[in-house]
Amino acid sequence: MKVLVPVKRVIDYNVKVRVKADGSGVDLANVKMSMNPFDEIAVEEAIRLKEKGVATEIVAVSIGVKQATETLRTALAMGADRAILVEASEDVHADIEPLAVAKILKAIVEEEEPGLVICGKQAIDNDMNATGQMLAALLGWSQATFASEVAVEGENAVVTREVDGGLQTIKVKLPAIVTADLRLNEPRYASLPNIMKAKKKPLDAKSPADYGVDVSPRLEVVKTSEPAERKAGVMVGSVDELVAKLKDEAGVL
Amino acid sequence: MTVLLLAEVNKGELAVDATAKAVTAAAQLGEVTALCAGAHAAAAGEAAAKLDGVSKVLVAEDPSLDHRLAEATAALIVSLADGYDHIVAPATTDAKNVMPRVAALLDVMVISDVSGIVDADTFERPIYAGNAVQTVKSKDAKKVLTIRTSTFDAAGDGGSAPVETVAAPDGPALAEWVEDKVAASDRPELTSAGVVVSGGRGVGSEEDFKLIEALADKLGAAVGASRAAVDSGYAPNDWQVGQTGKVVAPELYIAIGISGAIQHLAGMKDSKVIVAINKDEDAPIFQVADYGLVADLFQAVPELTEKV
Repeated sequence: MKVLVPVKRVIDYNVKVRVKADGSGVDLANVKMSMNPFDEIAVEEAIRLKEKGVATEIVAVSIGVKQATETLRTALAMGADRAILVEASEDVHADIEPLAVAKILKAIVEEEEPGLVICGKQAIDNDMNATGQMLAALLGWSQATFASEVAVEGENAVVTREVDGGLQTIKVKLPAIVTADLRLNEPRYASLPNIMKAKKKPLDAKSPADYGVDVSPRLEVVKTSEPAERKAGVMVGSVDELVAKLKDEAGVL
Repeated sequence: MTVLLLAEVNKGELAVDATAKAVTAAAQLGEVTALCAGAHAAAAGEAAAKLDGVSKVLVAEDPSLDHRLAEATAALIVSLADGYDHIVAPATTDAKNVMPRVAALLDVMVISDVSGIVDADTFERPIYAGNAVQTVKSKDAKKVLTIRTSTFDAAGDGGSAPVETVAAPDGPALAEWVEDKVAASDRPELTSAGVVVSGGRGVGSEEDFKLIEALADKLGAAVGASRAAVDSGYAPNDWQVGQTGKVVAPELYIAIGISGAIQHLAGMKDSKVIVAINKDEDAPIFQVADYGLVADLFQAVPELTEKV
């Protein structure tokens, strides 16, 4: 079974985000970029399925700017077999919306015919949490979102999901979309020999036009602003002082 | 303008707090029809009919809608979508599962985690773990939104909207429910509690998390946790507060042994009063705390539990 894993190039998890003074967005020039952490988990899960003999080939896909090639090389160094870059913008500040991404992925799925697509549950830049669900809708496939455990059993995948009340286990018919949550696995680091090998793995470059998809945004970003800041508080010296402040000053006890 | 609101229904019962907060947001957009779906949803429909701001309730009962499986629930919503300008739900895990699927079936973008409504087409939402707020204007004919409930007050009750039943469309069963693992608890629900006591990596073990729970029980509070505490197995996943966990805004949030990574702050910085207890005086949590106490939590927390 072939497994398709979409990966997104996003601002690195540890970088402090700065809103541009003119309100036009977040400053991404000369900022460290990495693979979306949830997508790393998705790549790792695909590799583990291959190590178990369930998956036969792993195809990583990224839709974005040309620099997403680096993100795909990371996926290849982790263990993906080949990669497809869909260059959808030349502007590093442009964010291709989940609906357009899902439409491109649908076309790729129809060409590649994977048995399973594993996505990250959300990207840590736009926090939209939508691409996997949208792809499932467009394909008419079942979806198992927020996965913390995935087992492929014959024609089905049994997936445990992290939900508000705890955990839910569902069984979905394959082919299906799974979206990875934090505790699905701990992604491996690529070793130096694998990083070297990844440079020789095939990487196809495509454009949205190759798939007949219009990526123009449906949402116009009117402005991007700083969140309301909290005022600095006070330090207290003891539990007694804390209790007194909470009772008398804050009135919350 | 007309709004179809997917009410949060768990095992046939209305999750009143989440639904009522979403009703407040939806009522700013137009006339609200609340949809209660499930294997059993009539009782939830009766409860939704009492919410102020709900002008009609639709009840859909069908075995295929049990456990809020995304495929059947999305198909139901799409079958009802004609005639509504907005389709809205509280941003629970169930709705986050269903609503993007609905949006894609309608060929529109979903707008997740809306924290403010500017006008019928324009919405505010946090991005980058709440480090920025984006205002977006939708060009789509229909708007599909999930509502960040922590930023809206709950609608009151006193209404008496008419209730109608609707049928679920037929469709192939793509998914089936296997089991739920839900811990029974007498504590208030994390996202609606007035007080939340959360523990982080500093708590050190599942056993010592009992200190956090004891303080919470003394205060009648819900228990939360940082990602680090959940990843380490000290606390279950449904206690996680943060960018990818739950977003809370209680009257009082007590963060214990939590350093304050931006991903955690994203889930709690709208709390009214924040208390931080940490032995590291440089922990970033102190930068958002109203009251900070540099102390060993193993001494301070039992003392606090005794004195509140």
